[in-house]
Amino acid sequence: MRYALVGNQNCGKTTLFNQLTGSNQHVGNFPGVTVDSKEGTIKDTQDTVVDLPGIYSLSPYSNEEIVTRDFIINQKPDAIVNIIDATNIERNLYLSLQLMELHVPMVIAANMMDEVIESKTSIDIKKLSEELGVKVIPISAIHNEGIDDLLQAMNKVATKKIYPSKYDFCTGPVHRAIHGITHLIEDHAQAIDVQPRFAATKLVEGDEPMQKALRLTENELDMIEHSVVEMEEQLQTDREAALADMRYNYIEQVIAKTVKKSGESKAYLRSVAIDAILTHKYFAIPIFLGIMLSIFYLTFNVFGALLSDALAYLVDTITLSVDTALTAFGMNPVVHSLIIDGIFAGVGSVLSFLPIIVVLFFFLTILEDSGYMARVAFVMDKLLRKIGLSGRSIVPMLIGFGCTVPAVMATRTLSSERDRKMTIFLTPFMSCSAKLPIYSVFTYAFFPKYQAWVMILLYVLGIVIGILFGLLFKVTAFKGQPTPFVLELPNYRMPSVKSVMLLMWDKAKDFLTRAFTVIFIGSMLIWFLQTFDFRFNTVESTQSMLAYIGKWIAPLFAPLGFNDWRVATALISGFTAKEAVVSTLAVLLSTTSSALSETLPTIFTPLSAFSFLIFTLLYTPCVAAIGAVKQELNSGFLTLCFVILQCVIAWLCAVCFYQIGCIFL
Amino acid sequence: MTLDELAIGQEATIVTVGGEKILRRRLLDMGLTPRTKVMIRKVAPLGDPIELRLRGYLLTIRKEDAKQIEVSL
Repeated sequence: MRYALVGNQNCGKTTLFNQLTGSNQHVGNFPGVTVDSKEGTIKDTQDTVVDLPGIYSLSPYSNEEIVTRDFIINQKPDAIVNIIDATNIERNLYLSLQLMELHVPMVIAANMMDEVIESKTSIDIKKLSEELGVKVIPISAIHNEGIDDLLQAMNKVATKKIYPSKYDFCTGPVHRAIHGITHLIEDHAQAIDVQPRFAATKLVEGDEPMQKALRLTENELDMIEHSVVEMEEQLQTDREAALADMRYNYIEQVIAKTVKKSGESKAYLRSVAIDAILTHKYFAIPIFLGIMLSIFYLTFNVFGALLSDALAYLVDTITLSVDTALTAFGMNPVVHSLIIDGIFAGVGSVLSFLPIIVVLFFFLTILEDSGYMARVAFVMDKLLRKIGLSGRSIVPMLIGFGCTVPAVMATRTLSSERDRKMTIFLTPFMSCSAKLPIYSVFTYAFFPKYQAWVMILLYVLGIVIGILFGLLFKVTAFKGQPTPFVLELPNYRMPSVKSVMLLMWDKAKDFLTRAFTVIFIGSMLIWFLQTFDFRFNTVESTQSMLAYIGKWIAPLFAPLGFNDWRVATALISGFTAKEAVVSTLAVLLSTTSSALSETLPTIFTPLSAFSFLIFTLLYTPCVAAIGAVKQELNSGFLTLCFVILQCVIAWLCAVCFYQIGCIFL
Repeated sequence: MTLDELAIGQEATIVTVGGEKILRRRLLDMGLTPRTKVMIRKVAPLGDPIELRLRGYLLTIRKEDAKQIEVSL
């Protein structure tokens, strides 16, 4: 058996999925779009569940909705499990009705029944099942209640092929239009294996993908248009409003017969009370910044640093013992270097990101699952709208100041593909913390009196250029319609421990499996270039292939004020990790990192040093970040564009600065 | 009058929903259909967007989009 799990956002879908499958899940990607597809095996069975994206409707306007629709129509799951939030039943049933139109065996899981009972509301589940013509099972996913009943019901509808007994929710003119069109297109629908009635409903709504898929003749299209126009005239409204109205009317009738509400729910009242502070007119933004700062501090300074140190200690210990063993064994020095400086260093650099990712996603999942992230979107929307994004993009961008890797990974929860891509492109403009050692050495050497100011200036410059590119993207590459900002503010809820843990595990696994290759290959490549010359002899770093490449590309940096192969080489090595810029420069200038600031004035003037800082601020992020970008964009080509774009922007900005600076100084 | 002109806490009934295609469909899907009762509960700290209460839940939309929704008291 294969089930499709479908439901609104914020209805506990992921919690239910986790309860059904435990840790037996794997994350994939729907072809062509950056929409996650999660599949898991139900405990103690061979049955699988596919967790489809959280959606509110089956309209053809978002990738998430199209993916869900195509999955159900083309992959033909044995049954749909539609999870609804019983505390918000009216709006949740809107999707249920559309799923019922698909005419696939189906069961409804009415989630959060514990909250319904707590609020002294009563839902007559038996009556609700009858009225909808679909079996409804009351559950509480977070408390693991009703799951066995749900599993039984799922099995029953799938094995006995129990279809929803109602799919006619319309009256009067809408009914006549759908009915007429159903007959007209029956053959076409059957030819592409779509329920004729669902197809007819979509055609009445003016659904373009459906019109194309059915391959209707000109004549048929005319007849359909005619009957829809007739319906519109009779109802004095347009097609889309007519159908939405019809579904909601039907739901209102069902609810009137089955739900008895006595006042507001506790969860709602609690949310209003929390919002009185968290979205307060004056406190909201300071609180948000406070929360982000605390997360930063805890991630990068406390837990992340602690775990990173522990991990580094572990890697160092293993490296050291292997190193000693290899020396004792008398291993060929090249192989020795490959193992220690190549493989171990590569693996070490991949692993060093892991603690930060895990800790950061612990906090982010709590923000997301508690319902706070939707409030961030509400509070910050006005600021980000100016660059064509919506409020939630602020979170990945702020994380970018810490580390681009988790920042890029955090774009996954943004609601539209356009926002995700654009945020990924903009995040690297937020100067990551690994660039600080570079700033620190250079500002100490050239601007000792204004060290802090120069650094702040660099951060601000990154943000300003990010904003400029946001504005540019808005009218060029990401021109299309931004996704409308129509966002549910769910009631605040305690996040489920299991969900938080599973997500942390997911992110760690995701990073290690999907980003590993890119990072590892990148690190190995740099090792290879640093170790050998063109005759494949092992040489000092000054004679290596990397040094030669540095010599070739150094003239590129002449307009920036530093035509020096050692600087070019250091910049290339910064590709593995930004910290490497300082250490490589120190090695090539035959000094140490701490004494570097004394040697730097021999190859830089203050003006060219600042131009160098601008270039480092903006040029390609490190290989780990590129790995994360490739993982999230799911496209090698786009990732390459991303890297080239960053380098070109960096070069242009530094050239402009230096050339203009030369005129005045 | 339009939805954005409502005072905080004031309840009104939706008459028509306008707006560009995708936005309009989203509004309808989220339950902002004619004859629905809706109330503005809050305005965001920066003055936009607004927080609505309808059909027993909270929804946030931008003011410029709320302008496209005709309501009656």
